[in-house]
Amino acid sequence: MNRILKTTAIAAAVMGFATAAQARDQVRIVGSSTVYPFASYVAEEFGATTDFPTPVIESTGSGGGARLFCNGLGEGTPDITNASRRMKPSEFERCAENGVTDITEAFIGYDGIAFAQSNDNAEMDVSREQIFMALAAQVPVDGELVDNPYTQWSEIDSSLPDREIAVYGPPTTSGTRDAFEELVMEAASEDMEAYGGEGYTDIRTDGAFIDAGENDNLIVQRLSENTDAFGIFGYSFLEENADTLVGSSIDGVEPTPEAIGSGEYPVSRSMFFYVKNQHADDVPAMYEYANLFMSEKMIGDLGYLKGIGLIPAPKDMRAEAREDVANHEKLELSELK
Amino acid sequence: MRQSFDEISAQLKGRHRKSARLKWMSMGALGLAGLFLVFFFTDMLIKGLPAFQQAQIQVQVDYNEMAQELPLAAVEEEMRPLVSRGYLRLIPGRMEKNPDLLGTTRMEWVLADGQVDQYLKGHHSNLSGSEQSVVDELADNGRAELKFNTTFFTRGDSKMPELAGIASAAMGTVMTLLVTLVVAFPIGVMTAVYLEEFAPDNRFTQIIEININNLAAIPSILFGLLGLAIFINFFGVPRSSPLVGGLTLALMTLPVIIISTRTALRSVPEDIRHAAFGVGCSRWQVVRDHVLPVSMPGIMTGSIIGLAQAMGETAPLIIVGMVAFIPDVSATVTEAATVLPAQIFTWAGEPDRAFTEKTAGGILVLLTILITLNATAVVLRKKFERRW
Repeated sequence: MNRILKTTAIAAAVMGFATAAQARDQVRIVGSSTVYPFASYVAEEFGATTDFPTPVIESTGSGGGARLFCNGLGEGTPDITNASRRMKPSEFERCAENGVTDITEAFIGYDGIAFAQSNDNAEMDVSREQIFMALAAQVPVDGELVDNPYTQWSEIDSSLPDREIAVYGPPTTSGTRDAFEELVMEAASEDMEAYGGEGYTDIRTDGAFIDAGENDNLIVQRLSENTDAFGIFGYSFLEENADTLVGSSIDGVEPTPEAIGSGEYPVSRSMFFYVKNQHADDVPAMYEYANLFMSEKMIGDLGYLKGIGLIPAPKDMRAEAREDVANHEKLELSELK
Repeated sequence: MRQSFDEISAQLKGRHRKSARLKWMSMGALGLAGLFLVFFFTDMLIKGLPAFQQAQIQVQVDYNEMAQELPLAAVEEEMRPLVSRGYLRLIPGRMEKNPDLLGTTRMEWVLADGQVDQYLKGHHSNLSGSEQSVVDELADNGRAELKFNTTFFTRGDSKMPELAGIASAAMGTVMTLLVTLVVAFPIGVMTAVYLEEFAPDNRFTQIIEININNLAAIPSILFGLLGLAIFINFFGVPRSSPLVGGLTLALMTLPVIIISTRTALRSVPEDIRHAAFGVGCSRWQVVRDHVLPVSMPGIMTGSIIGLAQAMGETAPLIIVGMVAFIPDVSATVTEAATVLPAQIFTWAGEPDRAFTEKTAGGILVLLTILITLNATAVVLRKKFERRW
């Protein structure tokens, strides 16, 4: 029994030690699973080439990251959050309420969203309107909204293949899903009279759209099993699996790095990270990391991140973004609206 | 009721048929389960065994002045895309530490890029045609080989598949489980001793018992939320640390330890207690000198199984921040760390296909440890168990 008493005492001592932990030199990062591969690459480089410890990065999704980031100031809160979309005004306001009032926005570059299928099939050219018709919960038929009646692509347009509509995509918590809804669903339905001039983003739930979870690799695997299906995922996964998948042209533009970077490919989004300036003095490594991330050798035209799927922004935009980070430029609410 | 002998023997045939059918069906069920297991293991072995080998190539490293700034300048141009960047980026640091290197040229075996590794293993790679022919030539001259992958066991996570290893996750698992053991074992055993040996059997203890049984069946993610609320938000234990992970898993393991300890205590015959009381032992002496030693094998078995369960857990650890990118091997329980199943989960989501084999390799390591733990539990039970 003496031993048991001793172990309890040790456990209590360990717990006391934990609460007395000092200010840290390890950067803490949370946020988007889309930015995660790039951020962790920079973090590893940072850890290997400087005397600072490697930053800890959690992949929580853009929304989850913003929630943790805006929880307040101090050691227990993250210093940086990654996002595959801009910060929402509501998130900015919540940050301000909790005392996080000085934030710098860093624009990293672009990521495209691929609409791809197994390369057993011929490459398909599809418009955003056609994707919308295939996936919206309610579509206009003869001027009236009805539950989506389409089961075959060829019913939407005779130029499309005679295959069943089956699309694997990300769940609602994902930034990829947000971007897809905004860039495809909303963009396609804005000008349709039946929706009264407002974008419509409800995706059908009758089985044609299949929620495949946050893991893009699972979607890729399912596409090689079900060669009739399409998948929605980040461009880097298409690039990595170019031997088994073929991306569809959207509105006549093929998903290539050039087309995504120039904005010609319609389904591309910007990626960001946000820095909590009020931590700059307590966590000296924070800006060292941020500046490394923004350097030309990371996000430039020949940067390392390009090799793992980042699509660099045009040169002057990169320079401007780098300047903003170097100057700790404060983000204002008016910029987000 | 009277039945003739003929009727009974006619029935007998049917009854024998029925038992034969039951036997075949249960054997079929077992066979099916075995088949799944065999399928899973062969799949994992085929995918995971290549992870224990890694390509190395022999290149001429030229420690010139330019390499101090631009490490790529240290190797010949056609080799540059074939050498791991994880090796190259260390060159300036090595030259700084060892100034004698400057101006020398040596042949060195270095870690190859992950794509070269995949190509040599016959998997899909992104090497261009000309790069492939360079690798082929190197292999023909014995300058490109698959060697045992020590990196996999000595390094932490990396974005470069050739550098990724399980060391930081394994260390994290060890520390997390130690915290779990140190917290859950004494509390669990003492709770069980009180409930079995001291507590009166009334409404209150019955409610406690029901609650403990209930806790054992609660989805583990709820313990994660509890851990977040109590340990991180209230006590301020550092997020992502093995300490908070271990405490959270201790909450989860407690009911398992309590229940198995109670079962072990209950299987000690009353005669032993009576005999001890009979020679004048106090309650404390009875428990310490007679009941606990006799029931120890059962308690150990239950605790090991509880720990093995905790070891395979990821859901509660996501909530307390232990599923993260952590390349450094941590040394204390308050530093950020990750655990083996979390590492496997992270690798499974990597776009680079070379991580497929790392994922399977990680699973093989985890399975090996789990089988060892469970086998220890069985051996302990067989060796020390006493039947009455």
